[in-house]
Formats: sequence, C-alpha cells, structure tokens
Amino acid sequence: MSLVYPFSAIVGQDEMKLALLIAAVDQSVGGVLVFGDRGTGKSTAVRALAALLPKRPAIDITKLVQQSGGPQEAPTAAKKAAKPQMEPIPVVDLPLGATEDRLVGALDIEKALTSGEKAFEPGLLARAHGGFLYIDEVNLLEDHLVDLLLDVTASGENVVEREGLSIRHPARFVLIGSGNPEEGELRPQLLDRFGLCLEVKTTADIKSRIEVVKRRDAFERDRAAFIEHWQKEEQKIRRRIVAGRAALPNVETPDHVVERIARLCMALGTDGLRGELTLMRAARALAALEGAKTIGDKHIQRVSLLALRHRLRRNPLDEVGSSLRIERALEEVFAA
Amino acid sequence: MPPETTATPRFEPLVDAALIAALHAVDPIGLGGVSLRGYAGPTRENWLTALREMLPAEGSWRRLPLGISDERLLGGLDLTATLKLGRPIAQRGVLAEADGGTIVVAMAERMSVTTAARIAAVIDRGSVALARDGLSGEEQTAFGIVALDEGLEPDERPPEALLDRLAFRIDLGRLPPTADLPPIHDRRAVAEARDLLPSVAVTDALFEALATAAQNFGINSMRAVRFAICAARASAALDGRTEIEHDDAALAARLVLGPRATQMPSASEAPAAPDEPPPESMGEESGAEAPDAGDDDAAADKPLAETVTEAVVAALPSGLLAGLVAASTPSRGGAGQGRSDQTRKSSERGRPIGSRKGELRACARLALLDTLRAAAPWQRLRRATLGNSGAVRPAILVRADDFRVVRFKQRIRTTTIFVVDASGSSALHRLAEAKGAVETLLADCYVRRDEVALIAFRGQSAELLLPPTRSLTRTRRSLAQLPGGGGTPLAAGLKAAYDLATAIRRKGDSAMLVFLTDGQANVALDGRGSRAQAGEDVAVVARLVAAARLPGLVIDTSPRPQAKARQLAEAMTLRYLAMPTANPGLISAMVQAAA
Repeated sequence: MSLVYPFSAIVGQDEMKLALLIAAVDQSVGGVLVFGDRGTGKSTAVRALAALLPKRPAIDITKLVQQSGGPQEAPTAAKKAAKPQMEPIPVVDLPLGATEDRLVGALDIEKALTSGEKAFEPGLLARAHGGFLYIDEVNLLEDHLVDLLLDVTASGENVVEREGLSIRHPARFVLIGSGNPEEGELRPQLLDRFGLCLEVKTTADIKSRIEVVKRRDAFERDRAAFIEHWQKEEQKIRRRIVAGRAALPNVETPDHVVERIARLCMALGTDGLRGELTLMRAARALAALEGAKTIGDKHIQRVSLLALRHRLRRNPLDEVGSSLRIERALEEVFAA
Repeated sequence: MPPETTATPRFEPLVDAALIAALHAVDPIGLGGVSLRGYAGPTRENWLTALREMLPAEGSWRRLPLGISDERLLGGLDLTATLKLGRPIAQRGVLAEADGGTIVVAMAERMSVTTAARIAAVIDRGSVALARDGLSGEEQTAFGIVALDEGLEPDERPPEALLDRLAFRIDLGRLPPTADLPPIHDRRAVAEARDLLPSVAVTDALFEALATAAQNFGINSMRAVRFAICAARASAALDGRTEIEHDDAALAARLVLGPRATQMPSASEAPAAPDEPPPESMGEESGAEAPDAGDDDAAADKPLAETVTEAVVAALPSGLLAGLVAASTPSRGGAGQGRSDQTRKSSERGRPIGSRKGELRACARLALLDTLRAAAPWQRLRRATLGNSGAVRPAILVRADDFRVVRFKQRIRTTTIFVVDASGSSALHRLAEAKGAVETLLADCYVRRDEVALIAFRGQSAELLLPPTRSLTRTRRSLAQLPGGGGTPLAAGLKAAYDLATAIRRKGDSAMLVFLTDGQANVALDGRGSRAQAGEDVAVVARLVAAARLPGLVIDTSPRPQAKARQLAEAMTLRYLAMPTANPGLISAMVQAAA
C-alpha cells in the first residue's frame, strides 16, 4: 500500500469527516455517499479513514463459506470459533473496471487447472465482510455490478452460482461511495442503500484554500515525514473512534427523542422507516463520539441533513429544496 | 531563460509552448501533463519530439489508443502465456507499464468518461489497483500524460476528469502550422533542474498569491493551484535557483491558471461568487479594467499577488475571453459534458456483459478466462482418456464445448424530446409544467438509461435548451433559465425536433416526440410573422414527421381543447391528448405509457 494522506490533515470538509466518523463508530448506520466537485478530497478522506479504524478479531471468510443447500449454520458461531487473532477492519476498494468474478468470487482457476481441485476463491465482497466497501465514481459503476451490489446489500449474503460452484457466505459491509453528480445520476435504489449522503464543495475561504494546497504540497514532497507530523492528531481521532464504539451500546435514547425523530420524518414525508432508523443511529453514534450519555437535540440537528437529504420525495424542480425543507422541518419540530 | 519571455512582447505562444515542454520535462509527475489542442501536423510533431528529447532517455513513451480495453489499460490475463503454461498468467496494463514514462493519449477529445475515470483513479492513487479476470493486486505507477486533443467545437474536448489532472494546455491553433520550437533547454539542463527540484523552497507568500489568484479567477479545482506551485518550482530549478522569484510565479500563473480562468476578478475584490461564478459577472468587464483589478487590499504590500494577477490576465487575450464567456454561460462543467455523454453512449453500445457458450466465429470474441474455467474441471478426466496417444500434449485440454464468447449488450436507448411552446402569455405556466415533466421523467427513467432532451420555441426560432442527457444536475442547470414570451414559431419547433430525432436515429437509437402546444402558429419557418405562411410551414414539417414514422404525442395545453392541436397530431400521426391542467406527474406517466 502506498502511504495515504492523514485524515486529520484534511482541511475543512467537516460534514464529510463527521459522516465518515459516524460510520466508523456505528457500522449499522448504513454507509456514506459523498458527491462533489473534482479535487475536493473525497477519495482522500475515505482512504484516510482506513488508517484510523480499530482492530477486530480476524474473520476467516473461507470458514463462513457454505455450500448452498447445506445445513444452515449460524455464521457467528464460526466467527467465535476462530482464534482471537486481531486484524484491522478492512476498507476494500472496488477499483473501476473490476469484473464480476473478482467482486463476488469465483472458481480458483489456478487450483482448478493445476490440481483439478474445485475451490472457491473469495472476491472483494468476502474481503469487505464486517468492514467497508469503497466505490469511487459510484455513478459510473456498470449496471450489472450495481444489480449485484443491490442484492447483496439487501440480503447480507453473497450467493455464488457459477462454474459449478454453488455456495454462499455472509457479506455485510458498509458501502461508501463517491462521485461527481455531473457525470451521471445514481440509481434511486442504490441511493437508498446509503445511510448518509452529503455533497462536498471546494471551500470558498481563501485561508483554508491556501492551507489545502500547502498541506498537499508538503505531503507530495515527503509523504513519510508528513504522516509522521500528523501522527498525534491521528492518534486522537483513533482514540475517539475506539471510545465511541465502546460507548455506543450505553448511549440512552429517551422517548422524547424517538418521538421528535418520528415527527421530523413525518413532517418531511420520507419514505419508509429507513430514514427514522438511520437518523436515530447516526444521532446515537454522534453522541457516543462526543462522549454524551444520551442523545440530545443537538445531535439530531447535526445529523438530520446527512441522514435525510436523499430520502425526501424528489421534487426535481427546486435545487436547494431538500436542505431547506429539512431545516424548516427541524425548526418546526424543535420549536414545539 | 524564463525571465526573458515575460519582458519581450508580452508573451510569445511558441516560446510558451517550448517552456511548457521544459517545465513538464522537469517534473512530469508533479505537473501531470499537457493537453495539446489542435490538428496533427508538423508543429505538434515537433513539440512532441522536443519534449521527448528533454525527458530522460530511459523513460517509456506509450501511445494510448482510443477505446483501449480495460484489459490493456489496467491489466488482465496474458492469453498466450496462460494457454502455454496452463495456469493464469497476468499481464500488466499500459498504465502500469508506463511507470516513470509518458503516456500519449490519442484523440483525447473522444475519450470516454469511464476511461478517464480509470486513469484519474490511477493517477490519484499512484498505483493501479486491479480486480479483474481472477487477478487482484496493486502496482505502483506514476507517469506524465500528453493528451492530443483534436476537438473542433468548444464542447469537443477531453473529459474534465482528465483535463483537471494536467497542468498545462497548449492551443496549437495559436502557433504557426509548421514551426520548430526554439531550443531553450537540453536534456542535461532539464536533468540538472530535476535534481535541484527538491531543494527549491516555496514561500507562504507564493502559496497565498497563487491560491488567491485562482479563487479570484473562478478556478475551483484545488489541483490548479498545486500545479501552479509545481510549475513555479520547476521554473526556478530550470534557472538553477533554489528560490522562486516573481518571474517564476508569473510564468506559472500565466501557463497554469490563465487557461483555466472562468471569470475576471471582480473590481471590488469582494470574495466574488466563490463557488458558481454567476455567468453575468463574466461578460461585462472583459478587458478595460482588468489589469488593475484585485489589487486594493492585498497587492499594495504584496506585489507578488499583483504580479500573479497580471500574469493571468495577460494570458487572456480578448478573443479567448469572449470565448470564455460564451463557453461558460450554459454551465461550468457543461462544456466537456456533451461530448463525453456521446462517447459514453457509443462505448456503452456493445459493452461486454459476461459470456456465453458459443462457437468462435469471425465476429465473436473469446472470453478466455471463462473458457478456461469451463475447461478446468475436466482436465484430469480428459488427460486420462487421452492416454499416451498424442505426441504433443498441451498444458490445457480445451474442447470446442468449452468455448465461451463475450456477450455484448446492445440495447437501444430512447431519447424523449420535449418540444415546448414557450411563446405568449401562458408560456411561463406551460414551461413550468414542461420542466417538471422533463425532470420527473428523468428521475424515473434512469433505470432504463434513457435520455431526455428539450426544445423550446418562441419569438422567431426554436432552441435546443437541453441536449439529450441523463443528468439531473445538468438538466436543472439548463432549465433554470428557460425563457418565455414572444411569437409562436411552431414550424421551427417541429423542424428542430425532427432534425434532432433523425440525428438520434442515425446513431442507432430511437427518439420519441412530446409536443406541449395549443397548435397555434403565427411565425413562419423563416422567422417572419405571417399566420398563413406559418400554417403552411407547419403542414410541410408535419408531413416530414409523419413520413419518418416518429412515435410520440401532442399534448394540448390550451385551456379549452383546440381543433388546431388535434389536427397537428393527426398530420404527424401522433397521439393527441387534451390536458388543460396538466401536471408534471401526469405528463410523465403519459409519456411512459406511450413509449
């Protein structure tokens, strides 16, 4: 792996950083979609997040692979049986031009040809299990791969039926996507799979613009030294994530918070319950991240745009519409 | 020497072109590359030769053909070696092979956005990440790019994703057709400069001056500023200095920021419209007060900022500024978009979508990996049955039954063309409906990957307001300022729709027409206001539409259904729908039902 730009050295882009940290604290929030202009550091931020994630007990995906039609075995049992070896939570990159066989996994051709053995070679979905799957230029992803992802993210299971293989394995991961909206729209179904959605813009503040260029230049000139310089800040964030993950189960969700969330979503007319759930989880993760014991109004207020802006019924005519509508609804609900 | 050029007649395109070659040769990775816009010819060849002579002799020089497959671009299976050795052998792609060298992109203006995105991802990562054909891995690579852009129209240019990653642009049209480049630097001087590069210091003032200039000139991408820094550094190194002087900064600003400017700095030096430069602010102050613009607060004590601003302005001759205004009016990113949409379309036609069992005929393409996969499980068995008979024993026994051929997806896409009467008093109301319908339809039809276009007619002519597109973002932008009012040139609207529809058909796709009109016409095809002539013209064009058997419908938008609109529908053999109080959702549903 080449040396990546440190997360803490990213200038501004607070909403994007917040969304990624929330996803890191609570993976059940359901992914992050980052849309924005070129050169705003979308993929930089995602790749930087990988370096901050804590370790988890290693998962041997080959142990979770089951023959279809075989006895249904709880995957968690297999996980517990594994040695308590630790590995970093994976952030798997889905490179552009990836083919289906590498995504879902396929017959291990080398083994098949040399020893005639019919073995399954796990793909990117298997590697991403329990972690993150990052798709840059997600709106350029080919249709048949989108179909595949939609299916797997909905079922949490990867089913491979090809080349005489008939197997399945759990594949639960957090989708992170980034792209430039001018290059094409995202399929609504895929949009819905992302828990949080945001748009990044080049900062208008000249001081931060200068800082962006300066840091980037310093990084390009001596990557190792730059990363070393940011070591401390990185540690801080890493500790916050670890502490947030630990605190998450103990964050209380008072009834009036649930009610407010429900009222907010009702006022906005979001489809289904996913909006409510995501909003609650995101607010809880934020509370955990900030060391709060209960979810407060400010937590809801800070994440509601992230969680809801892509869930409003589309009125394509007004561009600023969704953000404004959410803000108005927030005012109404919280004024009461 | 760089300093001389700023002193002599403002700037000399040929000298600039030579300087760009030298700067790029000093730091090809940091500067990304050069886009050469213009015809192939002696000047282009000479420039390429000059660049090659300055780059390290051992660096590779690869040509990237248009429409290169992912297999060759990123890497894939090596067919011969795989068959020979009986196990999968990987082959590196061009991007990995070009490490430390230069990639020359032929016909970059026709490159698809998907190819550009792949290249961009590799540049950004500094490595090729591969997950194809049963192979996965990552290989470090870094290279310079020369994009040969032969586009003629303003919107015929390389994808933005690629252009954004190249520091320099050279317009060959401004150079003499057969010119030798002035020999400024030789390979040794460039090599020495390259060695000196790491010790060239960049001051905070320079960062500030270039970043401020970029913002004032409406340059959004932060890469531009970084490129300008790298260019200034290379310029100093070329001159054998470790300190960047004003001339270096001016040169960098002129060559890197100049061609990227999308607006003039506003005279008041207010943080002018940082994100989306409002189109109207660009036109007015093109020349006159430009040089002294933006100097009141910063420049007084920081002459560097002034130098930089002047340098950028110097790179904007009046002609270019006019073009700049024209080009950026519809949308900032729009220029590159039209073209890339089209290329994407053609690359999507016949996109491989897996493989199927099949014979290897002339037009079929072998899906090697799938063939091997099909053959793999049988190897032992086949080997056993083969016995000792054959003298030559191939590593893999492939039978005809194993062959898999690549299946191509060839679907016909439908473009729905909305033709909207934007004339007269009810225009605004009607336009709002049309806009809504267009966008609702777009949002719905993404799944089918269909496209939408919009033609409005008013005053004396019809105008294609929204070329066929699938992008909601783009649609919103074009529809935001849809004009209304004036006469009713219905015939012109029909004609424009007919032309667009037949053009779409020629490309192998299908088109559908949706008219929103009351059927009234009072402006003839030639723009004259004559009711009689207008009616005749409409009849003529309607016959054309009918003869072309274009599908579609006429939505009568008048408050009381009119015979005129019904007759129009009949003349064109289209469906007629009266919809005095049309709502966008309903129109969209109708259109989908009719499609």
